[in-house]
Amino acid sequence: MIRVVLPPHLRTLAQVGSEVRFDVSAPVTQQSILDALEDRYPMLKGTIRDYATGKRRPFLRFFGCNNDLSFDSADAPLPDAIATGIEPFMIVGAVAGG
Amino acid sequence: MTSVRVLVGTRKGAFVLSADGKREQWKVDGPFFGGWQIYHLKGSPLNPNRIYASQSSDWFGQLIQRSDDGGQTWNPVGNKFEYDGIPGTHQWYDGTPHPWEFKRVWHLEPSLIDPDVVYAGVEDAALFQSNNGGNDWHELSGLRGHGTGPRWQPGAGGMCLHTIILDKTNSDRIYIAISAAGAFRTDDGGKTWKPINKGLRSEHIPDPNAEVGHCVHRITMHPSRPSVLYMQKHWDVMRSNDSGDSWHEVSGNLPTDFGFVIDVHAHEPETIYVVPIKSDSEHYPLDGKLSVYRSSTGGNDWQALTNGLPQSHCYVNVLRDAMAVDSLDSCGVYFGTTGGQVYVSPDAGEHWSAIVSNLPPVVSVEVQTLV
Repeated sequence: MIRVVLPPHLRTLAQVGSEVRFDVSAPVTQQSILDALEDRYPMLKGTIRDYATGKRRPFLRFFGCNNDLSFDSADAPLPDAIATGIEPFMIVGAVAGG
Repeated sequence: MTSVRVLVGTRKGAFVLSADGKREQWKVDGPFFGGWQIYHLKGSPLNPNRIYASQSSDWFGQLIQRSDDGGQTWNPVGNKFEYDGIPGTHQWYDGTPHPWEFKRVWHLEPSLIDPDVVYAGVEDAALFQSNNGGNDWHELSGLRGHGTGPRWQPGAGGMCLHTIILDKTNSDRIYIAISAAGAFRTDDGGKTWKPINKGLRSEHIPDPNAEVGHCVHRITMHPSRPSVLYMQKHWDVMRSNDSGDSWHEVSGNLPTDFGFVIDVHAHEPETIYVVPIKSDSEHYPLDGKLSVYRSSTGGNDWQALTNGLPQSHCYVNVLRDAMAVDSLDSCGVYFGTTGGQVYVSPDAGEHWSAIVSNLPPVVSVEVQTLV
């Protein structure tokens, strides 16, 4: 069971709490987590990854296991702690603006 | 019982202001989509309970929301705005080529003939259409691809398509305006477009009379006189009597002819309203006095309307989509400011009062007249 933490605005949009949980088939990667997340919550499409480029939006970062995963390959296997749900995959909004 | 519903888009959410036909006691609902930029909301003229909203954020991109119960509840619909083909380049601020990149939806214009059809004007400038209530969008790419696109450039707010005017007497005719490219018209439902900027003169481009490059801020039209258009350009208030084929200046005795909004009285096609702003480098009213100016002669002869508006120390702006009129017998005029006020005049501009005073900066104001 994967755990994903969304930023507050996306929780409101998806009408979920601070954390969502779902199964993802191995290998667990950023790509597979985000694909599964968008399948379950279609309103999130385009809000985390840009439609045109498929890349992470510039004001968002991906954290997990106390590391910044933002610049890792989207297809790279994530740490076992995330893949097994011990640690959440965190989608974090940049601290910017007012 | 007639009533009005004012749809207000702000930098931090949407608000719905409601009143009966007297327009004295107001109910304020919101914020909806708190914390998000709401560039525009607009209801279908065929089904007033259907309202579209453009919701955007630097963090999370663009969403489109739709309400089918008059703004009480909302559901996200389609937000996939993909340019048709390889979008190419436009001019950047420094004159270099810059790739076309989708940023946000500035304006939503529901169809006059089909409640499921809605148009979206976007940044970087393009026109999109949905035929299924906003669920799916496709670009009317004849506009962006007609040839002058590489010469378009962004205004200070971005290279936005901010004005969409539909002609109820001719469903194939659409007018749009882009900052800073100018005005364009299609007569075949969006397949082909032509610039309609003859008579505009802009000192910020190398050839002040160029075919494109003009920073048009807003165009308005009275539905009963579809060949007459009024324009607030960066500087200059302009008028066209021939569907945009040519323009002439009607700034007349305005104290400054810079501004953003322009609108036309619901029942008097020659009565128009503007809010003069000091200059292109000082976006606030002249001398700190907030004034709406009205011309009852289709331009040139203007009268200041200040009763109830702040006449000292007022340094707000009124953005291009932030004025609207209702269609009650005594025409109501509304505008919102970057200071968070929404003003109403239930008597065509003679008397003004603030419906609300402390909203986030107001980006857009639309009014629905409900019977």
